[in-house]
Amino acid sequence: MSDVAAERAAPWSSAEMMAIAAARLLRNDDVCFVGIGAPSLACNLARLTHAPDITLIYESGTVGARPDVLPLSIGDPELCETARTTVSVPEMFAYWLQGGRISVGFLGGAQLDRFANINSSVIGPYDTPKVRLPGGGGAPEIAALCRQTYVVMAQTRRSFVKRVDFVTSFGFGEGGDHRQRLGITTAGPTLVITDLCVMRPDPTTKELVVTALHPGVTREQVIENTGWPIRFADPLDKTSSPTTDELSTLRDLQRRTNEAHARGLARGQTPRAQPEGSDPLDRGQIPQVSDPLARTT
Amino acid sequence: MTEFLSLHDAIAAYVPDASTVALEGFTHLIPFAAGHEIVRQRKRDLTLVRMTPDLIYDQLIGMGCARKLVFSWGGNPGVGSLHRLRDAVEHAWPRPLEIEEHSHAAMAAAYAAGAAGLPCAILRGYAGSDLVAHNTNIRSVECPFTGETLAAVPALRPDVAIVHAQRADRAGNVLIEGITGVQKEVVLAARSAIVTVEEIVPDLRAPSPNSTVLPHWTITAVALAPGGARPSYAHGYYPRDNAFYIAWDSISRDRDQFTRWMREHVLESSTSVEAVA
Repeated sequence: MSDVAAERAAPWSSAEMMAIAAARLLRNDDVCFVGIGAPSLACNLARLTHAPDITLIYESGTVGARPDVLPLSIGDPELCETARTTVSVPEMFAYWLQGGRISVGFLGGAQLDRFANINSSVIGPYDTPKVRLPGGGGAPEIAALCRQTYVVMAQTRRSFVKRVDFVTSFGFGEGGDHRQRLGITTAGPTLVITDLCVMRPDPTTKELVVTALHPGVTREQVIENTGWPIRFADPLDKTSSPTTDELSTLRDLQRRTNEAHARGLARGQTPRAQPEGSDPLDRGQIPQVSDPLARTT
Repeated sequence: MTEFLSLHDAIAAYVPDASTVALEGFTHLIPFAAGHEIVRQRKRDLTLVRMTPDLIYDQLIGMGCARKLVFSWGGNPGVGSLHRLRDAVEHAWPRPLEIEEHSHAAMAAAYAAGAAGLPCAILRGYAGSDLVAHNTNIRSVECPFTGETLAAVPALRPDVAIVHAQRADRAGNVLIEGITGVQKEVVLAARSAIVTVEEIVPDLRAPSPNSTVLPHWTITAVALAPGGARPSYAHGYYPRDNAFYIAWDSISRDRDQFTRWMREHVLESSTSVEAVA
């Protein structure tokens, strides 16, 4: 079987590849500000594989959480019960985030543009929105105050746009030295990990450039799923395939999580499986693999 | 002196129509029973303040209790939209909803400023964000020592704060454990404060000298409301009902289905809370 054929029959999904690629970028000594959804999955996968001592911080105030299952919300009991300490929310944002203690902030969103600005607020005009998204939450300050941020988002032409409808979280603005001109001293979005590829900002212009393709993904697929004329680095790297250990750890974690979240019937309602199908765009900070904008009309 | 009231009487006494109300609890200890009592008493024109509106404000907004919402993240955590909030903003159903939108960092700082008796909170926030252009309450100040430009937001001083806690003693001192969110700040920032509790005990049994205890003289009224945070949770008492949070997505998506659910489970429900009262 040729490499291409092997990859086409890859025994992993693009969502799994995205989580694994993101997890690999984290280091054992990182202090991570973790968002719910894909960021939480990637951070916990890193902790359960190559980075056992990584510090995971959730904005509910839990510092050093080690959850056995992924939290559904940012403040699930599992986080507080396994954390080294739990602080108040004003303390979390003032001392720990604004105080400069976080090495990596993980963000997602509904839209991302070529200078890695993120929209998680509205589609359409702010006062008469076509879609009202959940909003920024912790993201506007995470984007500015973590030493660097990684963005994890499923890539489609409508989520990766030339210009976002609304800048909830500032990336590189209009490019170049825009961050510095606003007095922001942190590095900003140094990596964007999608289900197709890895992007990094050009050192000078700060426009996102594809630096690695995931196995089995073509340049054409990336071009089709990007709303601006995307550039590729030369030479272009290829993400290495998931290992058996990465895949089994990821799947065990997701199985435990799905079982835990479905436990206990709620007031006669039949709980659904983990939300794969419902209005993903609404999730704002929770990037989904399917086209987030396709379902909103 | 802290009053011990039934939940009905506490809401009737301290939540007048058109008041500014903050029901807080960051994912944990969300005061659902108190919110449901507000719905049952058909309060109107409230300004609702809460960092994460969550299901409880989705319900209050969908039932037409709110005129304005002050918030920083308006989703169903890990699940998706708050459909009633979206319907109010996108289609003015059941009535128009004015919104004042912040970031978490700013709202947390605004509660802390309210507790501290300051007129505003100052933070290194909102850098480059379009939120600044759409909220006239986000402004800036220059540091008099360094010249740095910093964001400023007005302190939050709600007319009434409502929080849920694990327990109170018979004097009305309150213990809060686990994720404490902005519970202490909102109680100290508000003009009056109602605390619903899982139980009222002779001795608070605070587990550590550093436990979060709100002295009785900071609290206006205590109301017994066992299970009063469900479907959110109370650390040490019951877990978060994640299955219900997931189910809420389909319950709340449709106006009629939402209204039926509220009628059956809130308006016509005789809860254990009321039975106790």
